[in-house]
Amino acid sequence: MSETLLRVDGVSKRFGGFTALTGVSVAIRRGERFGLIGPNGSGKTTLINCISGSLWNDTGAIEFEGREISRLPAYKRTRLGIARSFQIPRPFKSMSVVENLIVPLEYVMHRGSLHTADTRGEALEILRRIGLADKAETRADRLTQVELRKLELARAMAARPRLLISDEAMAGLSASEIDEIVAILRSLNEAGITIIMIEHIMHAVMRFSQRVMCLDAGKIICEGTPAQVVADPEVQRAYLGT
Amino acid sequence: MTRSATGFWIGAVAVVVLAALVAVSGANEYFFFAGFVVLQFVVLATAWNILGGYAGYVNFGTGAFFGVGAYTAVVLFKALSAPLWAQILAGAGVSGLLGFGIGLLTLRLRGIFFSIATVAVAIILETLVINWRYVGGATGIQLLRPPVMWPFETYTRMLFVVVALLAVLAVSIARYIETSWLGRGLRAIRDSEEAAECTGVPTLKLKLFACTVSGAMMGTAGALLPMYQSFVEPASSFSLNYSVAALAMPMIGGTSHWLGPVVGAILLGTIQQVVTVTISSELNVLVVGVLLVLFVVAAPEGIVGLARKLARVRAPTAGAA
Repeated sequence: MSETLLRVDGVSKRFGGFTALTGVSVAIRRGERFGLIGPNGSGKTTLINCISGSLWNDTGAIEFEGREISRLPAYKRTRLGIARSFQIPRPFKSMSVVENLIVPLEYVMHRGSLHTADTRGEALEILRRIGLADKAETRADRLTQVELRKLELARAMAARPRLLISDEAMAGLSASEIDEIVAILRSLNEAGITIIMIEHIMHAVMRFSQRVMCLDAGKIICEGTPAQVVADPEVQRAYLGT
Repeated sequence: MTRSATGFWIGAVAVVVLAALVAVSGANEYFFFAGFVVLQFVVLATAWNILGGYAGYVNFGTGAFFGVGAYTAVVLFKALSAPLWAQILAGAGVSGLLGFGIGLLTLRLRGIFFSIATVAVAIILETLVINWRYVGGATGIQLLRPPVMWPFETYTRMLFVVVALLAVLAVSIARYIETSWLGRGLRAIRDSEEAAECTGVPTLKLKLFACTVSGAMMGTAGALLPMYQSFVEPASSFSLNYSVAALAMPMIGGTSHWLGPVVGAILLGTIQQVVTVTISSELNVLVVGVLLVLFVVAAPEGIVGLARKLARVRAPTAGAA
């Protein structure tokens, strides 16, 4: 269980004169539930953009299953097994929910076997597990917020990832909806998927994660068990500003 | 699915056979002259829609691809007296290469910047041809049509059948792309490029593919122009009117379905021909403009979108299935 799945080593990212990440290093173990927290603008989303390939880091290395990936385009990283959901849902809005899942199924899993694969059946199976099966034929632009969050996760799942990065999948949801999403992520983790959860909702992240890292102004200020991180004076200062 | 595929192929063959039958009949020559233009617009609109409709990248440089197709045919004809089929193939090849090249340079630009870049390409290429004496420069070049093939009476009739064949071919390719994984990838790009990339869609490759195929199709349409007119000059070959029409027709017909550009091109192309004959050739540009504004405001999903909406309203229970 202690085998490293993802290694981020000294990653920095600048946008013009603004430094979003400074020398961030972290190793995520296979099968782990990893929480990433930090105040707004602390670089959480920049870090996962660098991991998923939406952005390229300026310095440092990113290794996935022992392979350096930091210069691969995002689609290749997805094919290697890194999937993500977006903080602001980005559904393929002109398509039905089930078609949203068929895209990654066709482009990741079944590239060589399009004619024999039952992509539709597989997509419906994933929707059933996430609890969206009754919306399969609905156009994605007619979904509610919580359904959109679920679709984000379902679409990421359809890429059959080994690492799933969930970027604030719960922001703006009600307590019961948050419980629903946490339960989904837990069941995915039990099925063997490593999960990085980025979240502002502290009780959810603390309950879910085995290990938590806190970023502030692009630097790691604390890393450890949820209890250690909550007790850390640096973390309290970053959040409360005292 | 298979039933609609069978229906499509029967329809496709029927269109070509019908065109051939009409062409050997005694119909008025003007019908073929006007019909050629309408079908040529079916090719252009269908080609434009592959990149503009499916992937959402608005190409404003249809004139560039069309003109390059035309001048490729001119060079081949003048240098080698190449037959028509060779002119068409070469026009497709060169315009396809142009599409690939422009795509490589500009498809990293998004939205309006891509559109502006394509306009620039059209202007640059027109300027090049204006200064190229071999193909007649700004004054243009007169070409003598070779003798017509049996069983056609005139060259225009033969070209009418050829363009009908090309139109059917273009629509078949567009339909294949639309209904396959390729089309789904292109639509994913249109809806959210970043999300598409993160679900494994190689966005740049797919856009390059669409731009190349689209350019090649526009080139085939252009390659017919020299023989159709027996005369080619740069201003009308690279005309912005082609760019506007190729964009307006899918918008009016509907961009999300292969039938959209076909309906738009037949409707708008026919109106243009009628207006040109009955009123004036200047007015037909106005017709395109007014219709485009009307549809963008009132029916952004085009005629096909409107028809679908009507069908849903009439059969509300079937819509849920």
